Amino acid sequence: MKPIYIHSAVCITAQDSFEDGIMVPLKTSEGKVQAKHPEYRDFIPPAAARRMAPAVKMGVAAASKALQKANVEQPDAIITGSGMGCMLDTEKFLNALIENKEEFLTPTAFIQSTHNTVGGQIALGLHCKAYNNTYVHGSLSFESTLFDAQLALQEGSATTVLAGCVDELGTEFVEYVRLKEQQETIPKQVPYGEGTAFFVLSQEVKEEGVILRGLQTFRTVSEDDITEKMLQFLRENQLETESIDAVFLGTTGDSYDGYYNVVSKSFLPKIVRIPFKEYSGDFYTCMGFAVWWAQYLLQEQCAPGYNCEPDVTPKYQNILIYTQEKGQNHSFILLSKT
Amino acid sequence: MPQKIAITGLGIISALGNTVATNKKALLNSKSGVGKLQKIESIHATTIKVGEVAFTNVEMEALLHLPQNHNYTRTALLGGMAALEAVKQAEINDISEGKTGFISATTVGGMDKTETHLKEFITNPESQKYISSHHAGDSTQKIADLLGITGFTTTVSTACSSAANAIMLGARLIKAGKLDRVIVGGTDALSKFTINGFKSLLLLSETDCKPFDANRNGLNLGEAAAYLVLESEAAAKGKNALAYLSGYGNANDAHHQTASSATGEGAFLAMKKALEIAGIAPSKIDYVNAHGTATPNNDLSESVALQRIFDNKIPGFSSTKPFTGHTLAAAGAVEAVFSVLALQENCMFPNLNFEAKMPETQLKPVVKLYKKELQNVLSNSFGFGGNCSSLVFSKA
Repeated sequence: MKPIYIHSAVCITAQDSFEDGIMVPLKTSEGKVQAKHPEYRDFIPPAAARRMAPAVKMGVAAASKALQKANVEQPDAIITGSGMGCMLDTEKFLNALIENKEEFLTPTAFIQSTHNTVGGQIALGLHCKAYNNTYVHGSLSFESTLFDAQLALQEGSATTVLAGCVDELGTEFVEYVRLKEQQETIPKQVPYGEGTAFFVLSQEVKEEGVILRGLQTFRTVSEDDITEKMLQFLRENQLETESIDAVFLGTTGDSYDGYYNVVSKSFLPKIVRIPFKEYSGDFYTCMGFAVWWAQYLLQEQCAPGYNCEPDVTPKYQNILIYTQEKGQNHSFILLSKT
Repeated sequence: MPQKIAITGLGIISALGNTVATNKKALLNSKSGVGKLQKIESIHATTIKVGEVAFTNVEMEALLHLPQNHNYTRTALLGGMAALEAVKQAEINDISEGKTGFISATTVGGMDKTETHLKEFITNPESQKYISSHHAGDSTQKIADLLGITGFTTTVSTACSSAANAIMLGARLIKAGKLDRVIVGGTDALSKFTINGFKSLLLLSETDCKPFDANRNGLNLGEAAAYLVLESEAAAKGKNALAYLSGYGNANDAHHQTASSATGEGAFLAMKKALEIAGIAPSKIDYVNAHGTATPNNDLSESVALQRIFDNKIPGFSSTKPFTGHTLAAAGAVEAVFSVLALQENCMFPNLNFEAKMPETQLKPVVKLYKKELQNVLSNSFGFGGNCSSLVFSKA
């Protein structure tokens, strides 16, 4: 099977990720952190941007920049993922409905609350008539998106895929989610976040590029079995733990962090371990941020926001990303430098 | 020869009935399930008509043997009922044998519970179990658990074409050898959210909807769940395939967030791709189960797309939405089940309530149950965001 190259990656989160700035851990005392929004006018006409909720703005801008960076005008497929969908407009329409007792409603928020609004808006902006799909499978929404992108390229239905994910905080429902989380014996310590990540993927060779080497998810795995699942995943991709140069872990501080401790033990103590949710905050599609960061390390051979020394021997060849949600929906993603 | 995708099981729950058999009976008797809104309190209850499933939540909870204090939403309950029926028909003894997946579509997810409890989530601990059931993936996961599926599972949400896209993904995964068997379809419960959403868009008819009619004045919403068991030829060996899923296509209209283009470009491209995958000429299609929502915009756009793809030689076509209401994310699967039934029964189901041809296209759908040997059926599903999907079903 021909490898899948990441031709571009763009990300918006609470970090300065859109501008490839330095990654700084978030304060754990904050309950939720908003995304650092870029200047949208460079990507979306201001009049249109004013009507868009953060999820739509973030998604459209990131998708647009990802296409620009990859020099692609029209992808053959637009695939998006979102765990919660367009929460702000959902809340807006729901509250209007409740407050006005089903009267005097205008449709704008309802229209934009649809889960595939971002995918649809990207297609509309590009006049792109290609395959367009949206996955909304909780914490595996982005993985489903990548899975479809991989399939589209391998089966040959597309040669260039625009794949991405987006989730927004909204204002109300996230508070209920937090309330529920606080009732846990050991609740998550990282704040709730929001963001987007978009990638242009293709089997067209990119010299000195990064490939999406492997992707695997598991519905349920016990802490005892997770190491074996991880090792098997590496083996299937012709790698062993010694060949991994950095591990991204979805640590949140809740009672399921044991999974990460177990997995982490398999790797050499000296390699980098990045608890990426301490930077992006937690949201269903924050794996997009981890993939963006990991591909950056492989592509640039240094952390975002720093100037790299030229001609150094590559530090990063293979990076593994692992996350799970409350002991379920385990996901492994493997990226390699070519 | 491309790998054939066998359909070995069907399951459905809709306003027509709680099983495939009852749905079929209603279709063959031209008996609509659309009526008054009864299970949701709404100020629109007297002015709209809907296709409601007869079962109450309590009845479905009992049939699914759910424990006390579960947090299944109506979307999950409907989905569980239909998916279990589909798996039963496919005579799968051990669902964990081989690579089995589950792909479900929904637009509302747990909205029926969210809209009921939103303002008491903080004060009423009893209601808090429905916080985690809001997101769209929750119902999928619950149905997968009911079926005992631990393999590839995901949720598609592209508005009213969602289930067609779920079915399409399932077929692609089997063709690629990634799965041996996959249960595909969709589920959506009625909710105040969607009723008011479509009401605010002025898309709800106050009478029985009249797809493709000159005087059509909007849609009737419905709720339903429907699933199909798709199997590779190898996995289906020794079983009687009910039909084959031979083609699928998705394209974007890229015209407007909610309205379809005057040329029906997205619909045209989706049908074109589906026919290409099926490897058949348009003339081989014997019946089209149209999207036909009965909104002025959709039906005209779809009619133009049909004229284009069939070069004005349009086979018998009808919209079955007057039977079930528009069941949103489930519609593609509901109509996939109806397409298979049409092939099995060798008949085209009537487009109820049709009276007058629309002046622009002068097309007349099938208005009475029409018996004819059918080989290939095309089914259309179009949604917000310009999302257009078509599926081709062929006789076993």
